[in-house]
Amino acid sequence: MMYNRKIESMPREDLEQLQIERLQMTLNRVYRNVAFYKNAFESAGIDVEKIRTLEDLRELPFTTKEDLIKSYPYDMFAVPLRDIVRIHSSSGTTGKPIAVGYTLNDIRNWSELVARLLTAGGITNQDFVQISLNYSLFTGGLAYHYGAEKIGSSVIPASLTGDIERQIMIMKDFKTTALVSTPSYALTIANAVEEMKIHPEELFLKYGLFSAEPWSESLREKIEGKLRIVATDNYGLSEIMGPGVSGECQEKKGLHVNEDHFIIEVIDPKTLQPLRAGEEGELVFTTLTKEGFPLIRYRTGDMSSLLEGPCSCGRTFVRMDRVTGRSDDMMLVNGVKVYPSKIDEVLMKLGDTVPRYRIVLGREGETDTIEIMLEISGIGILDEMKNILHYRERLQAALSAAIGMPVKVLLVEPETIKRMESGPRVIDRRK
Amino acid sequence: MLRIRNLESGYGSLKVLRGVTIHINSGEIVTIIGANGSGKTTLLETITGIVRPRAGEILYKKRNISGMPPERIVALGCSLVPEGRQVFATMTVHENLVIGAYTRSSGPDRENVPEDLESVYALFPILKERNRQLAGTLSGGEQQMLAIGRSLMARPGLIMLDEPSMGLAPIIVKHIFEIIIQLRSRGNTILLVEQNAKAALGIADRGYVMETGSIVLEGTARELLDNHDVQRAYLGKDYKSIGE
Repeated sequence: MMYNRKIESMPREDLEQLQIERLQMTLNRVYRNVAFYKNAFESAGIDVEKIRTLEDLRELPFTTKEDLIKSYPYDMFAVPLRDIVRIHSSSGTTGKPIAVGYTLNDIRNWSELVARLLTAGGITNQDFVQISLNYSLFTGGLAYHYGAEKIGSSVIPASLTGDIERQIMIMKDFKTTALVSTPSYALTIANAVEEMKIHPEELFLKYGLFSAEPWSESLREKIEGKLRIVATDNYGLSEIMGPGVSGECQEKKGLHVNEDHFIIEVIDPKTLQPLRAGEEGELVFTTLTKEGFPLIRYRTGDMSSLLEGPCSCGRTFVRMDRVTGRSDDMMLVNGVKVYPSKIDEVLMKLGDTVPRYRIVLGREGETDTIEIMLEISGIGILDEMKNILHYRERLQAALSAAIGMPVKVLLVEPETIKRMESGPRVIDRRK
Repeated sequence: MLRIRNLESGYGSLKVLRGVTIHINSGEIVTIIGANGSGKTTLLETITGIVRPRAGEILYKKRNISGMPPERIVALGCSLVPEGRQVFATMTVHENLVIGAYTRSSGPDRENVPEDLESVYALFPILKERNRQLAGTLSGGEQQMLAIGRSLMARPGLIMLDEPSMGLAPIIVKHIFEIIIQLRSRGNTILLVEQNAKAALGIADRGYVMETGSIVLEGTARELLDNHDVQRAYLGKDYKSIGE
């Protein structure tokens, strides 16, 4: 099912024309209306009239999170404030806020894009959609709310609460058929359902649409199995719009990017050069229709890659792989890129939740070493020394296979890492 | 149907179009709105070959028509209803219409000219009533109908209209715009250039906003009607009326 078949399955040739038109129009507008871009283009010696093809986009400067922080709150807005009908804000991982404004047209487009994702995730106007995401400055709750209303589903604005039992009660009483949340919240719900001795058949759930944090294939299997649903992955970030940037279809083989509204690029975060399909790098987005807060080549810090070839669902929009982590989390170990998310994935297979751990990078002679310091709480009951050793060996083998180099595992006592919580996840002792 | 990329053109040392990229799908009514001097008429004149493009590409039905002489472009199916009607004042209504079929005079379509005349008269009964009258004696609205009828005689796929509402009474404008909707339902694709943005967006599917030779906005008619920049600049709404 597609929400907007004409657009979502449009020939690539027509899409390219639309993208060029909208790119040029966006460049003309930001050059005229946003001082930051006028300065950025002029100091880079760029004449926006010379941007004639999609390849020419590469000549434009990047926009970074720091640029947005500096322009907080309103300096990046491309329309007068009276045209803004909503403001969201994100504090992100750095703690410094940014503000994003939306015009009436932005909100309408946004709702349509989320409606596309929801439809791709299986939702129709027959569904009861429980939105267990924060309704706040964070974009998640309201974005899905508007999108689901646009489809005509019955929307249950459950929001994100600590009261899991109440979420489950709502789910049961209101006959919720689709859950929209973060994957970790879905897992918490799934575990609570088990603990409350509720059989999944007593619920009416069919679909789950999860976003806002990186998650793994094994977590998907776990949630799908426990709740008996089809779980799909969505991606978005408030700087670009919020949810609605990309999402999986029922094939579950990558997230279709809404390319009529965004141009996606993948770059090497070190050299800043564009990468080919299949090569992993940092995601960069350019908005094509945003009126309030247009962005040119925004560096997301999120790591992923583009998938080649058409999708059997019939959508022609390019697919991106699930986000594997942050570019600032990426480690270069013996010249190989390693992401903490790979480690999460392995650990996830062994237990329900990822135990706390730290990655310690060291050097022996000319070779980098990688050691995982892991708390044994949450692993289960490993009372016997024999079991602990066996567990450690299995873990070492699994991690080494996943990362492609020998990994040492050091098991530490519960709560050891909690005390180091504020420190970085990666401890680099190579320098 | 029509796909334009990075089109540049102008007059002498004056550069008017600064890299215009637009498209029109078959069966659409697309409008281009913009202030006086923004380049709307130049765009139509460049598409029809009256002004030669300096750079860029114009594909009509996937065929590059950029730089072709106007008569060939008309023969391929792009017809212009020019600004200020430009009917031949000293010729009769009938003669004006027959001239519209000029590019068909040597082609296979020449047989059906009488048939097409009848269909234009069916669309505009007033022209039939006055078919022996000199075009210069018609009212402004009638001249506009004649100009549209004349363009239909070329059997166009794409009809481009330049300011069809200019100088006409509101009730006549309404009638002309109804005719434009009829043309679309007869299978024509319409590119409408208008200063009367409200009327144009009222019948269009999509639109582009042009400023000093560049496209600054694209969207569905509804999106453009709801855009505050468009409201301020082209729909005559001042700051107060949109809620400041």
